[in-house]
Formats: sequence, structure tokens, C-alpha cells
Amino acid sequence: MSTALLKANNLMCERDDRLLFSNLSFELFSGDILRLEGPNGAGKTTLLRILSGLFSTFEGGVSWNGQNVRQCYSEFQQDLLFIGHKSSVKTTLTPLENLRFLMGLQQPIMDDELWQALEQVGLAGYEHVLCRNLSAGQKRRVALARLYLSDAKLWILDEIFTAIDKKGVAQLEAFLREKARMGVAIVLTTHHELSIPGIRLLRLGQVSE
Amino acid sequence: MSQQRRSEQGLLSVLGVVLQREFLSAYRSRQELANPLVFFVIVIVLFPLGVSPEPDFLRSAAAGLVWVAALLATMLSLDRLFQSDYDDGSLEQLVLCAQPLYLIVLIKSLIHWSLTGLPLILLSPFLATMLHLEAQHIPVLMLTLLMGTPVISLIGGIGAALTVSLRSGGILISLLVLPLTIPVLIFGTGTVQSSIDGLSVSGHFSIMGMMLALALTLSPFAIAAALKISVSD
Repeated sequence: MSTALLKANNLMCERDDRLLFSNLSFELFSGDILRLEGPNGAGKTTLLRILSGLFSTFEGGVSWNGQNVRQCYSEFQQDLLFIGHKSSVKTTLTPLENLRFLMGLQQPIMDDELWQALEQVGLAGYEHVLCRNLSAGQKRRVALARLYLSDAKLWILDEIFTAIDKKGVAQLEAFLREKARMGVAIVLTTHHELSIPGIRLLRLGQVSE
Repeated sequence: MSQQRRSEQGLLSVLGVVLQREFLSAYRSRQELANPLVFFVIVIVLFPLGVSPEPDFLRSAAAGLVWVAALLATMLSLDRLFQSDYDDGSLEQLVLCAQPLYLIVLIKSLIHWSLTGLPLILLSPFLATMLHLEAQHIPVLMLTLLMGTPVISLIGGIGAALTVSLRSGGILISLLVLPLTIPVLIFGTGTVQSSIDGLSVSGHFSIMGMMLALALTLSPFAIAAALKISVSD
């Protein structure tokens, strides 16, 4: 029995005098895909932000490799890929420049790899178009290109399928499955129907009043 | 050892990509960069028309006028410092970056200064000449601006970081930050005044240097802490 990669212990979070969740515990192992479910406002994004360390007004603990995240935060950050609700894509830059910046924050990366990743998300030919001239789905795809370059062990993905077409969603699903087989742990939220076998579900929003 | 070396290289490359992106996006929206400059020039050009064109009067008002205009112009540009990063979510990525956030914000603040403060300094000799400030005092004025405007950018950065998640942060920044920049203004104009009065200015410059050193070393930590609070909303 290996130790859990990520472990949430008795999480409790309140926002605006409303209890989002309490006594929430789960473990995430290498290769797991965990999907958070729940209606709008159930606290899915908040939970993802708690797990990634962006949101700190909660009770309970999050541990990484058996160690409290607060104690090994810089190691945790190196192993984490977070794609938020806002896609971090600057409209005054081109997809290539955006990707170079976003990837460069984690690891130095060669330009051909960036070109390749953009091709994989279907943005070949758009490398030098300003992102303000791209469609919403294409902007989202710029952010998603990070998935193809990342060697992080934990992916936290908030609503990444928004504005992506059906074919793109299917391709992305297959890619996530492939990555999970290679040992990446993935936590995601989405309102799309997913057909990933072995996906784990965590339902939020059942706490009443 | 090699671990440390790798993280140093990582730090340099992160600072490199931040630098590259800041200049690139500033270049793409260069009209916005002109706003504080135009404000600076217009205030100083209109002042003699509105108050008095007397050379003696202008000479005595020159240092204070240039300084107040520079302070307000820098202040005007501050609410943009983190706003677009907050809006598009890249601030989250900066906070989550494994490299120290205070170094990243220090770089960002210095770039902001080099795009707003530095052009003001380069324009100031022309405007000071227009205000009949004698040529030998102009280098003193420029030097005070060179030491003072980074302090305004850095202190203003704290206000910008605290208010970035609010919808109407602009006016709040001024309320928060203006009182803190008053010492810079007083010593900036005081230095030039002493120079005009024929007094020694080395003491004034020491105090300005101290303010610059304090702002450079301490405010990045405050900005980083404020950004973490803003992002967690």
C-alpha cells in the first residue's frame, strides 16, 4: 500500500456565513482522476483553490506525500499544475508568448516544444495571432497547451472544458486518461459528461443549511 | 549544491520570462504608457498660464511643481500595475510559481517604474527649463526624481496589490498611498530648494537614499503578502 499523494483531512470551509462543506476527507493516489461534482455554488472551485494553496481560510489539513503542505510548500508548488477558471491568457500577447511565459514560470522550455504543444491543441497557424483576436475556445486551448508540456505530478483543473468543442473534449479526455496511466493525479471540475472509466467522484453541496 | 544551482537557474529564467512578458505587453499597449506622461507635461505647461508667468515666481515654484506633477502622474498609472494580471488570472500563476514572489513583484515594480518614472525624469529638464530653473539646479532635480520616483512606484505597489481585487480600487490607492509618499515629496523639493539657496544637499540626498533603500528592500515583501491576500478572495 503506497502512501497517498494528496490527502485532505477533515476540511471545513465557510464562505459568507454559508457552510460549503465540513468533515471532508479524501485521498488521492498517483494515477487517480477525481471529479468534483455539485451544483453551482457548491464550493467546487473553492475546494480546488484550497488544495492548490491559493485559498487559506479553511479548517483541516492538506498533506502532500504524507507531509503537511504548509511545511513543504515549495516542493508542492513544483509538482503542481493549476489551471483556473480564469485561463491566465493575456489578450495582448500571442499564443506562443503566453505559453512561453506560463511554462517559463515552472521550468525553462525550448521553443520547438511550445510550437509542438500549440499544434497538439489545434492552434497550428495561430502562433503569432494576438489572443484578443482568437475565439473563447481558442483562448482556452492556449491555456490547455500547458497540459501537453507539464511534468507536474498533480493537476488541478477548474472547468477546463468550457468553450471547447466536442472533438476537443474527446481528445482532451483521452489525453487525461493517458496521463493518469502514466501516474499523474488529476482533480477536475466540469459540467460536461465524461466517459473516463475508473474516474472517482466526489459530490459536494449535500450539506444543507 | 547542484540542487541549489538548479534553483538559481530556475529563478533567473523565471525572472527572465517575467521581464520579457512585461515589456512585450507594455509595448503592445503603448498608448496607455503615454497617459501619465501627457498628464505630467500638461499640468506643468498649464501652470504658468493659470497662475503667473513671472520668471521669478516660476523659478521658486519649479521644483515643487515638477515633483507634485511627477507624484500624481505616477499615482495615476499605479492601478494598472496588477489589474490586468488579476483579471486574466495570471496573478494566480505568479503566486503559485515555486520561485519567491517578492522577487517577481520587485521585477514587475521596477519595470513599471522604468516605463513611467524614467520617462518623466527624462522629460523633466525641458519642463524645468521652461519654468526658468537655472541650469545648475537641473541635475539636482533629476537626481531627486531618480531616487524618489522608484520609492513612489514601490510604495504605490503595496496599495495596488491590496486593492486589486476591488472594483473601484483607483481612488483607494491614492487615499492609501499618498500620505506615505509625502516624505518623498518633501525631501525631493527640499533638496532642490537647498541647492537654489546655495546650501549643501548631501544630507538631503542621504535621506532620499535611505528611503530608496528601505523601499527596495521592504516593500516587495509587503506587495507579495498583499497579493496573496487579494488572490485568495
